[in-house]
Amino acid sequence: MTDRYDAIVVGGGHNGLVCAALLAKAGKQVLVLEANDQVGGAAVTREFIDGFAVSACAHLLYQLQPSVRKDLKLSPKLAAENMTTVVLDEKGEHIRIRGNSVLGVSDADAESYRGFHKRMTRFADLLRTYLNKSPPRLGTHDRRDLSTLGRLAFDVRRLGKTQMREFLRLIGMNIHDEVNERFESSLLKGALSLDAVLGTHLGPRSPNTIMTYLYRLAGDHGRIASPTGGMGSISDELAHAAREAGVTIRTGMPVSRIVIANGRVSGVETESGERFDSMTVISNADPKRTIIDLVGARHVETGFTHRIHHLRMRGNAAKLHLALDELPTIDGLERKDYAERLLIAPDEHYVERAFNPAKYGESSPDPVLEITIPSFRDSKLAPPGKHVMSAVVQYAPYDRKGGWTDAARQQFESATIRTIERYAPDIAQRIIASELLTPADIEREFHITGGHWHHGELTLDQFLFVRPVCSAAQYRMPVDGLYLCGAGAHPGGGVSGAAGRNAARAILQREKAA
Amino acid sequence: MKTYDAIIVGAGHNGLTTAAFLAKAGLDVVCVEKNDYIGGAAVSRNLYENWMYSNCSYVCSLLRPEIYRSLELHKHGLQVTPYGGSVTFMENGDYFGSYHDPEVAYREMARFSRHDADSYERYSADTMRQCRFIRDFLLRTPPDPTSFKLNDIKELIAIGNKFLEMGQDRMYETIRFWTMSVAEYLDEYFETDVIKAARSGSGIIGTALGIHSPGTAYVLLHHYMGDVDGNVGTWGFARGGMGAVSNSIAGAFQAYGGELRTEAGVDQIIVKKGKATGVALENGEEIEGRIVVSAMDVKRTFLKCMNKSDLPESFYNRVENFKIRGSSGKLNIALDGMPTFPALPEGSSLYISDMHFIDSMERMERAYDDWKDGTWSKDPYVDMTIPTAVDPTMAPPGKHFMSCFIQYCPHKLEGRDWTDPEREEFAKTVIEQIANYSPDFKELILHYEIRTPQDIEDQIGITEGNIFHGELTMDQLLFNRPVPGYAQYRAPVAGLYMCGSSVHPGGGVMAAPGANAAREILADLKRPSTVPENFGDD
Amino acid sequence: MTIQEVHQGRLRTPFFSRISALDTVNQWHEWKGYSSADTLYCEDTEYFAIRNATAVFDLTPMTKYRITGPETAAYINRLVTRDMDKIKPGRVAYAVWCDDRGQVIDDGTIFHLKEGEYRLCSQERHFAWLQAAAIGFDVSIKEETADIAALAVQGPTSFSVLSKMGLDGLAELKPFGLMNFDFDGADLMVSRTGFTGDLGYELWIEPAKAELLWDALFEAGKLHGIRAMGTHALELARIEAGYLAAYHDFLPADATVRTGRTRSPLELGLDWLVDFKKPNFNGRRALAEEKRRGSTWRLVKLDIEGNKAAHHSYIFAKEKGNKSEIGFVTSAAWSPVCKQNIAIGTVRTPHGKVGSTVWVEIYYQREMHWARAMAKATVFDKPFWFPPRRSATPPGPY
Repeated sequence: MTDRYDAIVVGGGHNGLVCAALLAKAGKQVLVLEANDQVGGAAVTREFIDGFAVSACAHLLYQLQPSVRKDLKLSPKLAAENMTTVVLDEKGEHIRIRGNSVLGVSDADAESYRGFHKRMTRFADLLRTYLNKSPPRLGTHDRRDLSTLGRLAFDVRRLGKTQMREFLRLIGMNIHDEVNERFESSLLKGALSLDAVLGTHLGPRSPNTIMTYLYRLAGDHGRIASPTGGMGSISDELAHAAREAGVTIRTGMPVSRIVIANGRVSGVETESGERFDSMTVISNADPKRTIIDLVGARHVETGFTHRIHHLRMRGNAAKLHLALDELPTIDGLERKDYAERLLIAPDEHYVERAFNPAKYGESSPDPVLEITIPSFRDSKLAPPGKHVMSAVVQYAPYDRKGGWTDAARQQFESATIRTIERYAPDIAQRIIASELLTPADIEREFHITGGHWHHGELTLDQFLFVRPVCSAAQYRMPVDGLYLCGAGAHPGGGVSGAAGRNAARAILQREKAA
Repeated sequence: MKTYDAIIVGAGHNGLTTAAFLAKAGLDVVCVEKNDYIGGAAVSRNLYENWMYSNCSYVCSLLRPEIYRSLELHKHGLQVTPYGGSVTFMENGDYFGSYHDPEVAYREMARFSRHDADSYERYSADTMRQCRFIRDFLLRTPPDPTSFKLNDIKELIAIGNKFLEMGQDRMYETIRFWTMSVAEYLDEYFETDVIKAARSGSGIIGTALGIHSPGTAYVLLHHYMGDVDGNVGTWGFARGGMGAVSNSIAGAFQAYGGELRTEAGVDQIIVKKGKATGVALENGEEIEGRIVVSAMDVKRTFLKCMNKSDLPESFYNRVENFKIRGSSGKLNIALDGMPTFPALPEGSSLYISDMHFIDSMERMERAYDDWKDGTWSKDPYVDMTIPTAVDPTMAPPGKHFMSCFIQYCPHKLEGRDWTDPEREEFAKTVIEQIANYSPDFKELILHYEIRTPQDIEDQIGITEGNIFHGELTMDQLLFNRPVPGYAQYRAPVAGLYMCGSSVHPGGGVMAAPGANAAREILADLKRPSTVPENFGDD
Repeated sequence: MTIQEVHQGRLRTPFFSRISALDTVNQWHEWKGYSSADTLYCEDTEYFAIRNATAVFDLTPMTKYRITGPETAAYINRLVTRDMDKIKPGRVAYAVWCDDRGQVIDDGTIFHLKEGEYRLCSQERHFAWLQAAAIGFDVSIKEETADIAALAVQGPTSFSVLSKMGLDGLAELKPFGLMNFDFDGADLMVSRTGFTGDLGYELWIEPAKAELLWDALFEAGKLHGIRAMGTHALELARIEAGYLAAYHDFLPADATVRTGRTRSPLELGLDWLVDFKKPNFNGRRALAEEKRRGSTWRLVKLDIEGNKAAHHSYIFAKEKGNKSEIGFVTSAAWSPVCKQNIAIGTVRTPHGKVGSTVWVEIYYQREMHWARAMAKATVFDKPFWFPPRRSATPPGPY
């Protein structure tokens, strides 16, 4: 027996939910099929051991687009809003960054940082405008494309001569040079370097890391929030909004293929053999999985397949979850700061050196970390008096030489604990249980090829007009009725909902035009 | 006291080119050079009895044929002979050769991978498409995208049209190409490590980036876009060494009535009432000129030879932050005979080719990691040639001159100056790498000259010894070169111009920056241009 | 330890000893690394052997790929523009393949050897493209150019020659069919295909038996006027037959640098090879769009007045007062068998409709001096040479 829908969304990640909700609001009958038992994709909260729950993958909220909040009337409950970033120092002389201010550095650096932040947010604002619309196609005579392009040129020019020149220069630059030109504090340089490379296969010296840094700022000027109940609560709220709008969400329904008949989409089939019909299928899965696995290369052309095949999406970010019997002691850290975002990135060279082995398929012996202790503000996440620590640890390359064997996992986990120990000497004694998710685990559990946050490396050659690949950057895939709405599409990853929203709008616009 | 129409600071190939075109236009030009020899980094010197060394640059392809022809360099002794191929020696005793004959080259690639051999055609076509795009702009002044001036808008439209005419897919490919790393670019065509390693070298030569750094695909192009007699991508030896290029341009300059002064190092560019009026030499002498043109890199020009107060602050800061990094060294060797490479059959054409000793992408990238750590690569990428295999004039009969270009080699070691034992150690690294594949090599060495970036800076004057006078990254190319807003050869001081490789289109013995600067100067002086236009290739 | 270099210079096909023994003029060129004869004794004699008797051409350098595996049929159908489901085992198809922009990469023949097994035979090399096309298919692709020696045996007496050689049952072989025979214990595959537009066959065998095959063939052909031929004679015959040649009439799309220099199958008059009923094949989307919008170029076969071959000529719409040319000739010849001045060219649409008239600007040299002529030409849509014997089954006895 088959069911018919106006649109089927494959994958109930946050972008899929946003897209589904917006389509339903426009009056469509929409079905969301999620492989896992809970919606949210990489934005989920789950218990990794009895009584200890954690945001399994993404753990901080940077980029949820105001446009998405507005369209879906979201008001996420936040345990922490506008968090401070504390960059840990072995000697306990930590620095604290929030907004345009940085404490614990020289006056010159603090002043310099204000200027830097102002300039960067200005460029990030320009970028943000474009995160919220389909990138224009080049070389067409379509009025919409031409006007978007014209607008882009106009916006860039409106920045003024000096700023515009600066923007054109900066966009290809690396964060390493930029921070070295401006700052003397190693911790500040380390922190900004880490911010630019989190979730990527890049080091601070890699050109275009200014762009990735701007991308991070483009969400909410770099304001960081932590939702109550973990990232899963955002997904739950999105799911709620979607259901309210009339979306049918079915979990535990892995899609085995997107059905193509007579050269166009006609529905999907689940692993259990159920068939759902629809002339519109929107994939929230990454581009490789969507095209090569779900659609099948035979339904698309060779040049396109080749490009998708060569998409770079090797994840490097692992997640480490620690159940702690009590708060670890971090030298020189005020108690309230345990609620903040803690970074281990002592200087920009350290970050670069952490990256080096990743190039050769080895994990960092001295990794960089982004740590939160969400239970500090949100006591429901751990049993009373106990805590949970959630850390993004880089670099743990997906395609590790020799694979992610138990020994390799053990080695990386130990290296990570040793690194934390330099700041929190008692950490090892505090650990009740731990969970390490390497990119290979993330691939397996969240069905993201390469376990890459962004569903594809965020570099200029995979950005804007060319994301995910040439001539498919407008959410439409080259199979009639097939769309992409995940992070692999423009603008990219982060719990922003931008890709899902843009995709929904592209689909509705196309219908109107037809 | 005499007032020259123009003073050119620095007699490198670009300074001489500007000088020659200005003199050709009838200006009274003097070119001053700090060394007792001319040529800058395009120089041949006799450092060891009867041996001519191409001390710095060593091969020739980028020199614009329009300039060659317009200055009649053949009449002043320049002769460029193309040479073919390259060989990469492998750790397993094998080698990978590139041959001039496309079918032999195909067979060799197919020995490793038929896929790669077949893919090469598409790779060549795609790379050539990018070459054609950029080649047209080499002899043109980059437009300022923020300007509303007619010329700038016209040039922008010209670029836009050239871009649009590629068609949709090719436009996207072009955008990607300009932002990719050479490793990723090659990954899309080739599967064999040694084939990728052999091709990736061109993506990092002279560059403080690794093969995995975005933007290095362009650097590959920078080495591919030259030609010898219309054969794009071919490299050649200048008869008598690279000094022959500079000497011939100097010959043309002098034939047009120009005056050349060596051992006349400039201490200061004199600015009076906001205008450049001349130069003060290190010996105290002052020379007056209506305009001053600096062929030195921008850091040396503005930070060392000018007063900060004479320059706008934002410009000064930009120049301070201009990236010009020493990342390459050289080792020039006089040999008692031709070294043998037992892996190669006797008489192989690969003896007359570039030789390389790194056979994997990982080794290529690891070489860069050493540089980042402030030391020279312990397993460096060496581009080795024996010019005397083609040009016997550089050494006595039966003897040979060997030129080794080494990537990476830092300007300072972990932030401090090189010591002599460290320089020797560096030379040893290179010699040992070659000796691994040539057992008789060490015994044949008669004399050698070590050139770290520091040596290059000390002798030639280029800041940090960067061969391109500034990194070839996106933020320092085209209208961003050397700094945004000043890409049109004019410095922010009236009467002062830039003509070295710090300006568009950048380094390599191309002479295009010098020619472009001359064209802009002549336009300012309302003189007819003597600078040739692009041949164009359609 | 010294590692021998790959062969420097030109390779020799397994027939080299026999061909060079017949060679009197020593005129060779390079073809995909192999030595291939331009002509062996006299171009005219060789040409007339094609049209009057039997001419033998060594086509070993043709690039050959073997495609096998459970999903081969689906793979081939996605690769080429025509419907390959219609080509049953034992049949051969002429086909073109395109990139995603609908531009022709190459043309060639595809042999359906048996269920799930094909041989693709083309002038250019495509291993990288064939592999890229194999992403997502359970197929394996092997290049077998050097593993198979091949001869074209073309001309009206070719059937008699091969029959005399002992290939019983060949009479039943229809055009674009293939049969297998035992030859000295080896498999000899014979296909009724060719590049001459005449009755003819192509023979495929393992290299070790190549010389033996040649000898047997020439022994059998002794009384049937058999001759070896070089490329020049073949080139003339292929223009008469109206066949396209890569690097003459079109450029392989993946190796072309300049924009607008490639052609779609629709622009090459190969509409009949594009089957839009297939839901997907490489280039389909672009070609469907081109069909809606109209093509830029059109291939024309021209019958030109006079007898001066129109090599490299511009094509104009009118005799005089043209603002610019509308296209150019890509292949041209005086056809000895048709007694016609023929050419293949490419013109901008809407010019060049069948039956219309265009003008060709011909430059020709007579005793050093160059002269120019404007010649009227009629656009043709059939091959210039299409004798009934080409498709007669069984072939007539000659």
